[in-house]
Amino acid sequence: MTLVDSLRLGAPEEWLSVAGLGLLMVAAWGGDKAARLIGLLAITALVVAGVLVAPSLTGHLSGSAVAAFQGQYSGDAFAAFGKLLIYLSAIVTLIIAPRFFDRSGGMRAEFPLLVLFASLGMGLMVSATDLIMLYIGLELNSLSAYVLASILRNDDRSAEAGLKYFVLGALASGILLFGMSLVYGFAGTTSFHGIHAALNGPMAMGATFGMIFMLSGLAFKISAAPFHMWTPDVYEGAPTPVTTFFATAPKVAAMALLMRVMLVAFGAEVGAWRQIIVFVSLISIVIGALGAIGQTNAEGGNIKRLMAYSSINNVGFILVGLAAATPQGASAMLVYLAIYVAMSVAGFVAVLLLRDEEGNQIEAIADLGGLSKRRPGIAAALAAVMFSLAGIPPLFGFWGKFVVFQAAVASGLLWLAALGIAASVIGAFYYLKVVKVMYFDEDVGKVTGAGDTPHFALLIASGVFISPLGYLATPWLGGLADGAAAALFHVG
Amino acid sequence: MIGPSSIGIEHYIVVSSILFVLGVLGIFLNRKNVIIILMAIELILLAVNLNFVAFSAFLHDLTGQIFAMFVLTVAAGEAAIGLAILVIYFRRRGTIAVDDVNRMKG
Repeated sequence: MTLVDSLRLGAPEEWLSVAGLGLLMVAAWGGDKAARLIGLLAITALVVAGVLVAPSLTGHLSGSAVAAFQGQYSGDAFAAFGKLLIYLSAIVTLIIAPRFFDRSGGMRAEFPLLVLFASLGMGLMVSATDLIMLYIGLELNSLSAYVLASILRNDDRSAEAGLKYFVLGALASGILLFGMSLVYGFAGTTSFHGIHAALNGPMAMGATFGMIFMLSGLAFKISAAPFHMWTPDVYEGAPTPVTTFFATAPKVAAMALLMRVMLVAFGAEVGAWRQIIVFVSLISIVIGALGAIGQTNAEGGNIKRLMAYSSINNVGFILVGLAAATPQGASAMLVYLAIYVAMSVAGFVAVLLLRDEEGNQIEAIADLGGLSKRRPGIAAALAAVMFSLAGIPPLFGFWGKFVVFQAAVASGLLWLAALGIAASVIGAFYYLKVVKVMYFDEDVGKVTGAGDTPHFALLIASGVFISPLGYLATPWLGGLADGAAAALFHVG
Repeated sequence: MIGPSSIGIEHYIVVSSILFVLGVLGIFLNRKNVIIILMAIELILLAVNLNFVAFSAFLHDLTGQIFAMFVLTVAAGEAAIGLAILVIYFRRRGTIAVDDVNRMKG
């Protein structure tokens, strides 16, 4: 493969780097006055990157045909699937951000740039086929995310969220790196395919340690229990558009990265990591559900914290597909991720629309009392999101859980699927509690502020996708996910 | 046998593992000061670098040393961002004691 071929395959990342650096210049000279313009240009840049990525989604090329830069980077359908979801989430964040920041002194020019660079890093994460590329992509994303979490400099909670996210994120990166150094030492190479070849057979103690350290670091990034403790604080403290971003794009990127590491690099050692994934998955489902129940019962229950616990819970379900360790499981995870992104977008956009008379955000669950009478549209959307997150059948969220459990059963993990379904019933309780507050509690008259068109448009679009109408998209979505999963499992 | 020739790869791994554990403990056992946490993070990254360079020499493979250079670069960026976040946090709250980072709970 020549350099020109490599450059052609890496076009989305190259384009985003150039666009990001160019916009950085605009920000340097234009200042915060240019923030809206930079936001619009960043959206355009992400759309163009999406157009550059789209052909490889259905290109059916895999293996060495799409391995660029000496096997550092892969432009396969799997990466394309992840990148499209990531760019979509970033675009949604940039659409909802300006109005939110207007109340706190306007959007800063850095904000769209940080989102753009984080998306670039996440694109590298899903394309990485080498530990070095993995690390660079992950850190580009994480370093942007730390700043994004603390971007409201005059807000106590935002600064605290940034500090907590930074300390725990840096620790997780350190653990991941230590694991990578051990894997490098025992496999003798940093390339995923090289590690796969080197670790064929019984694993050395050091390599096993390295794999477990890597798994722990990545579990932090996808906010799976027992490495979830940062999630509620960061989701609550970060500005809501940033929380929307955290709940969608990095989740997709880190999950895709985990899939590539586990199924490609450690693909020959499924027996060594399957129990760990099963454990992490079940404990995430339970801790996510219990934490969320705590939020709905507590005096100061916060809807953003509830969504954080719900994301921990959902990550647990997605990991059920990874435990299956089959192309079917990988495809199911991708379908679930796509639906999860839509549910999160709908949920957080609905939360953003909860404003009082002066336009302040309302986050306490108790303040949602009687929402159905005041704002029936938002209440209906939020109820649909809650039912969908719980996986109640007519809504599209059910389909994600269904395909994941189907994959688990197909690879002989019937008991895992049974436990998962039992645990999802616990989860249904807290989702229904929120619906109860909105529809049957007394009207507390808090949510009185007006919404605006871009938010409603996003809410309707994502709402339609998670509604039963979403099932019309299953053949199309399933086909794309199958193609992406096949590319992941293709060897050579 | 005592002498330079008796120092093998195991010794490097033991030293780097000790450094790594010290770094992790530095984050969890320290209740005083966030700056100490930043130092502990640096310690972890140094342990990792030691590992990479030792393995690189042991395997006669340059990749590990290249990786160590990348880690050094990113560590510098990470420290800069960490200190910046710490500064805005201190401006708001007037303290950087770990026990005071507790506005959000649940």
